[in-house]
Parts: sequence; structure tokens; C-alpha cells
Amino acid sequence: MTAINVQNLDVWFGSVSAVRSVSFSVAQGQSVGLVGESGSGKSTILRAMTGLAPDWSGTIQILGQNLTGSTRTRGFFKKVQMVFQDPYASLHPRHSVDQVLAEALHLQGMDAINKRTEKLLNDVGLDPRFRFRYPHQLSGGQRQRVAIARALAGEPEVLLLDEPTSALDVSVQAEILNLLTDLRAARGLTYIMVSHDLPVVAHMCDTLAVMQNGSIVEMMTAQALRAHKAVEPYTRELLAAST
Amino acid sequence: MTLLTVNDLWVRFPTRQGVFDAVRGISFELGQERLGIVGESGSGKSMTGRSILQLIRKPGVVQAAEISFQGRNLMELSERDMRSVRGNEISMVMQDPKFSLNPVMTIGAQLMEAYLQHNRDSRQNARNKCIEMLEAVSLRDPERVMDAYPHEMSGGMGQRIMIAMMLIPDPKILIADEPTSALDVSVQRQVLSIMDRLVRDRGMGLIFISHDLNLVAEFCDRVLIMYAGRIVESCPASKLREAKHPYTRGLLNALPRLDNPRTHLEVLQRQDDWTHAALEETQ
Repeated sequence: MTAINVQNLDVWFGSVSAVRSVSFSVAQGQSVGLVGESGSGKSTILRAMTGLAPDWSGTIQILGQNLTGSTRTRGFFKKVQMVFQDPYASLHPRHSVDQVLAEALHLQGMDAINKRTEKLLNDVGLDPRFRFRYPHQLSGGQRQRVAIARALAGEPEVLLLDEPTSALDVSVQAEILNLLTDLRAARGLTYIMVSHDLPVVAHMCDTLAVMQNGSIVEMMTAQALRAHKAVEPYTRELLAAST
Repeated sequence: MTLLTVNDLWVRFPTRQGVFDAVRGISFELGQERLGIVGESGSGKSMTGRSILQLIRKPGVVQAAEISFQGRNLMELSERDMRSVRGNEISMVMQDPKFSLNPVMTIGAQLMEAYLQHNRDSRQNARNKCIEMLEAVSLRDPERVMDAYPHEMSGGMGQRIMIAMMLIPDPKILIADEPTSALDVSVQRQVLSIMDRLVRDRGMGLIFISHDLNLVAEFCDRVLIMYAGRIVESCPASKLREAKHPYTRGLLNALPRLDNPRTHLEVLQRQDDWTHAALEETQ
């Protein structure tokens, strides 16, 4: 079953067109990676999906629902959640971990918030003693775990990951990537992962789309990439630069 | 030839919980080579780079038996003498060009200021020299760049301008603190190869601080691996893949590899004795 279907997506900011007629689809439980350098429009696609980039045309269908404009229903956010790049910036500095998660649970209309908060922390591998800490008392990896826990609050089906590990050390990156792998297996989540790091995307995703100047130049499976079957010169260039 | 000798360097920060040692008694030498320092954030690699130029802010304290540059002990210099070393003899390139360039001055004005600070020369000569330097870092149309403001430049251009600025006084040592972390992979290589060429041509020593093991292995001659303020291992960059220390091995294994697909990445298991470990040589 197709979870996400994007057809002829164009996104622009003012007169600048950031994404040009991009089409791809993601099956339920699959994970797709978008790779490219900064300015190639990969994050913009996620932002158009979540309504953060209001000016777009084309069709975006997520879990059978056609999206329009920049308003999204509560039901949408319950099923689709986003994890951002910088865990230092995406958590409220004056809210404790408990407040962050309880608020997200409350907004998602969950009951038994106390119990669920505990469970969320457990799911992302955070010790219960972190529950009443503030973001500045956590390391980068721990903060990203909190951000992932917050995204999981509404028990979503789709996670949009915008460079979830590029602000982290390699050792911490490995932990977070393992966590994301485990969560996907346990909950049957669908991922779209944006990254500039080709090995990371190849590790996490079944299929990847290489983007340049707002368009997808090549789409292939991670296996094909490993077997050096990339055709486009740009993909080869990226490969050469990242091994 | 040894350019820089660091002997028993400590960087300490007094905190409410007692004194925190960011760098704990490290020693190394730098010749006309490219020396890489790698480690996670908080391992003290940036502090090492900064302490050589005595750029540690108060209340931080730098202590060392010796930081000597061509026979002069930098620890004994006054702040005034230190200023003649900074830039002139030892230069530093910081991580993000966005924060290192003055946003309200044109790039030309900043470059010329750097040049005229260290040389007595006419403005016309200074300008020519700066344009020459911009050409050396492969910037197209240097005349236009001279009159542009930093926000008009991309990250890669900004970092090349920083490198040009640092090289104008012709220093003997360049300390590059994560010079390419804020850049795209494709631009990264470009900036590195420019830096490499300049350092090689001038016979400079380079200290390259990075968290990226692959980059360091490829780009440097020798690598120091830091953990919790100590150097846990030192090895030739070409042999980094055969490194012995469990911490270095852990870092290498934690990287996703295109040629080695796994469902789970190896996670670093930290051990307490690493923090006390003496330097293991793997030559």
C-alpha cells in the first residue's frame, strides 16, 4: 500500500522555485532517503508536506489523504510527525522533558499521560531519571532522543526525518540510527529521511533519491548504490566525495 | 624540523562543582606536516587548538610545561608579544565563516585590514596582494568579491575567503578548527584541496581539528585521537584503519559504510580506563 505519493511537486519561496516537478512514492513501512547538497530542495519537500512551506503546486497524498495549501488537520499531525536537525534548537529551553512530552501527548488527545510519558522515555532508551531535566542538562544525543519521543507521542505512522543526526558525533549518530531502525521495525513506521550524508542514507533507507537544484536526478535502491550502479554523473560525484 | 612543541598542556575551567579539566596533560610535536586531531565533541580538541594561541577565555586557565614555537616559549610571552604571534606566525581558521567575517564590512576591507595590520604598505599594493590571495584560493572574479559583503557569499566561498585572510601574513602554522564542517560534501573537498595546496607550497605546518575520521585519514599525515582531554592514540593517517585503541576502533565501526551494510551499527562501549590511559604509539 502506498503511504505517501508525491506527484509533480513544485515549491517556491517568492520568485525562487526551490523544488521543481518532483514525483516519488513511498510504500507503507518503507523508508526513502532524499540526498543532496544544501539548497537542493530536499528539506523543502518535507516542509511542503507538513505545511511549513505554503506555496506549492502538484499533488501530495499522505495515507490516502490529499493535502492542500498549508493548513493541516489534527488528524494529519497525529499520523505524520517530523524530527528536526538540530536538537539544540527544537526543544523549548525552559520546558523539562516531562513538560515537552506531556504537552505533545495532551495535544494528541492521549489519555493516561503520566504512564505514556514513562513509556515514551523507555521506548527511546532514556533512563526515567531524565524525565524532569531541562534540555541544557542533556547531551546532544539525549536531546535528539527526546525529540524523537515527542514525535512518537501521537503514535504516528509516518516520520519525516530532517537530518536527524548531522549535528551529532559519529558515536552518538550510531546510537540514534540504531534507535530509528528499531522503532521502524517495532512500529511499522514509514520514513522519509533527508540527509547530505550518502552512507547514512544508504544505511537507513531502502530507496534513495538524489536531488540537485530542486529536482530528483536519480532514484535507486540502496543495493544498487552499493553495487556502484549509479548512472548520473552527479550521483557518482557524491559517491566519490563520501567514501 | 619541529615547528611547535607542546609539552604537558592542561586547560582547566573552574566550575561550581570544582575544577573541570578540558585538556589533561597532553604533549605533541608538529613539524612541516599535516597533523589531524580527532575526537568527539567535548574531547578537548578545539581547546588544544585555541590554547596554543592562548585564546582560552577567562575563567579558563592554560597551563603547560612548554608550548614552544621555533624555540620561543609562548607561555612566557606577554599579551602584547602574543599579538605579534597570532596571525603573523600562527593563524587559525574557525568553523563557520558566517561568524568569523564582519557582516558590515566588505570582504576587501577586511582582507586589506588583515594585510595592513601586519605590513607597512600602500593601499593599492594591499589591494593587489589581496586580489592575488583570492585568486590563490580559486575564487572566480576576485574584483567582485573584494567589493561584496559576507552575506552575498556562499558558505564555501566564505571559508575560502577566511583561508585567504589567514594566509596573507604568511604564517608558519595554520590551525584549522573544523574548517569544513559547515560545508557540503562536494564543497568540502574543494576547500580542503585548496588548503592542502597552499600549505604544501609554503612548507607550513597544519593542525587540522575535525570529528570526521574519514576526512582526517585521507587528508592528514599523522593523526592524534583525543578522548576526554587526553591523547589516547597517535598514528600515521594511512594506518588509521588499523588503529588499535578500542576507542578509535569504536569510532571507526560506528560509521555506516557503503561497502559493508548492516542492520545495526556498532555502538561505542565506553570504558573508564580510557580516561586514564597513557598514549599508545602505533608507528
